Amino acid sequence: MLSIAFFAAVLVLTGWFAYRGYARVWQNIHLGKAEPVEGVRAVRWRNVLLVAFGQQKMFKNWLPAVLHLFIYVAFLVTQIELLEIFVDGLTGAHRFFAPYLKDFYAFVISFIEVLSVLALVATVAFLARRNLLKVPRFWKPEMKGWPFRDANYILIGEIILIAGIFTMNGADSVLQARGAEHYPPAGPFAVSQWLGPALFGSLSTPALIAVERFGWWLHILTVFGFLCYLPYSKHLHILLAFPNTWYARQKPKGEMSNMPEVQKEVRIMMGLEPADTSPSGDLPLFGANDVFSLSWKNILEAYSCTECGRCTAVCPANLTGKKLSPRKVVMAVRDRAEEVGAAIAAGRQNRSDYNDGKSLFDYISPEELHACTTCNACVEACPVLINPLDVILQMRRYEILTQGAGPSDWLPLFNAIENNGAAWAMNEPRDAWRNQ
Amino acid sequence: MLARTMAEMQAEGQTPEILFWVGCAGSYDARAQKVTRALCEILHHAGISFAILGQEERCTGDPARRAGNEFLFQMMATMNIETLNLYGVRKIVTACPHCFNTLKNEYPALGGHYEVVHHTQLLQELLQSGKIKLKEGGAFQGKRITYHDSCYLGRANDIYEAPRALLEALDADLVEMKRSRKNGLCCGAGGAQMWKEDEPGNKRINIERIEEALQTQPQAVVANCPFCITMLQDGLKAKEKNEHVMVYDLSEMILQSL
Repeated sequence: MLSIAFFAAVLVLTGWFAYRGYARVWQNIHLGKAEPVEGVRAVRWRNVLLVAFGQQKMFKNWLPAVLHLFIYVAFLVTQIELLEIFVDGLTGAHRFFAPYLKDFYAFVISFIEVLSVLALVATVAFLARRNLLKVPRFWKPEMKGWPFRDANYILIGEIILIAGIFTMNGADSVLQARGAEHYPPAGPFAVSQWLGPALFGSLSTPALIAVERFGWWLHILTVFGFLCYLPYSKHLHILLAFPNTWYARQKPKGEMSNMPEVQKEVRIMMGLEPADTSPSGDLPLFGANDVFSLSWKNILEAYSCTECGRCTAVCPANLTGKKLSPRKVVMAVRDRAEEVGAAIAAGRQNRSDYNDGKSLFDYISPEELHACTTCNACVEACPVLINPLDVILQMRRYEILTQGAGPSDWLPLFNAIENNGAAWAMNEPRDAWRNQ
Repeated sequence: MLARTMAEMQAEGQTPEILFWVGCAGSYDARAQKVTRALCEILHHAGISFAILGQEERCTGDPARRAGNEFLFQMMATMNIETLNLYGVRKIVTACPHCFNTLKNEYPALGGHYEVVHHTQLLQELLQSGKIKLKEGGAFQGKRITYHDSCYLGRANDIYEAPRALLEALDADLVEMKRSRKNGLCCGAGGAQMWKEDEPGNKRINIERIEEALQTQPQAVVANCPFCITMLQDGLKAKEKNEHVMVYDLSEMILQSL
């Protein structure tokens, strides 16, 4: 009875912390501007099923894709066991489903155990790859500090979780074999039937029960911790990959979004539309310099990023030593959203007249923006359909249109286009090539 | 006359099948002019009635828009659309993937609706319909070549097959680079980089790309974009290989094999 009350208390506490974390993310995403959802529903479903659920884009590189799949499938299937832990925790039952599912129960648990072993192999491989192998994309400047620790925390949490499962099932297997009270036969479990006796075979029954309970609590507390940690971690992608692929833009990658407000100005200027007679208020802001001027989609994407760096690894600018890293751009959007969201939540700032003297340009320098060739390699590379290029282009628009800044090299280009209608200032007519 | 303008044809009461959008590079860049002329000759050979806008054509606004200068883009686009709509243009071909992308994907939102094809698509169409025929044992038969996917034809618009179909028709020995198709590496010119110095780094992008191309031991590097051609040629020069390895646009290869 005491353990049921304790479990319920932990559950409520977890719910409260998780709610706070996820509500924060939800609010921060909505700091962005409204953007209508366009495109075809069938394509959305296709993206969610193939790209998010099916991890289609991960398989550009099959080894990490297979290892990642082990962890992912183990995560999905373990939810069944987790469901039982909830029922057991709240009712005081032990392996509630076993009498109903009979032999199938042993199969399900065995399946989870095999996947857990595969996930353990993958986790150890990923830890080694991150910390021992010098894979360049994990050692870029933006990965120093928190992002580096965050990745390791998740992987270590993964190992603790798997240790919890096998401690629980292993001790349980021995208890079942001994016919202990409250531990009716539910096995045999594929891995624990031999791992259990090997590890715990010499323990007394009361000690075994303590070990089994320890494993059970270790498992569920790690899961609860994980749930609360997710909204503060790059690991949030396990949830947000789904909405992010659902809302992914479906236009050709080469198409930049139109700016109707500029279109209107130009048409008025060219006498194609009557001038607006209503008095204009504040100076208009074109492009984006902060989360408020980005779309909510850009911020959702930033929270969906797991910092894998596939975008940066294929970026031609980054490959040739320039400062630009598409991953850093995406991470900057999230960091800024966190900063702005925290200031508003703490009452230090209002959303309507937010001004902390900072902007996205404190996170992303013009040098980085200017290095982009708009080649779309980063967009193509992202396994969850994030578009770093869109942020870069919106910030370039802000720089040129609102600040009147930008690389001085571009001034002759702009002048040539404006004065000659050509990208180069030439003296000869445009069709002179016909006569040469 | 290599090409007549819309105005000239209209004065004679003629309506061309297709408008050839020449673009700034095709009009002014000496290397790209060769591609412009090659495409005109192929179109004449195929008996296609076409016109150019001539001095009424303006920059599509692509580099301005990607640099962030939306005002300038809107100015160019609006003027071009006015001109195109005035002549009732329906179909456009261009040898520049940047013009192609802008005309095809970005002009519709501003009231410019046209069927836009890249010249490699049109050439494939002409081959398939038998309007052009390649001679047996052409100049590129069995030649070891590698093909560079431009970003704006490839990733931006998912066109990977038309140019490769042409290479197959030419009976060339295509050796793909490690990074090709969706994974192709940029030449370094896009996003208005063509008009500015590189940001600080340790290598030029076109050098990275040409090194990869040279690993395939090609006799020629083939591209589909005037900016890629410039960048790849500069890369070859820097590697002192420009005497041995040629950079071709697909239209030049087709013209040589007619």
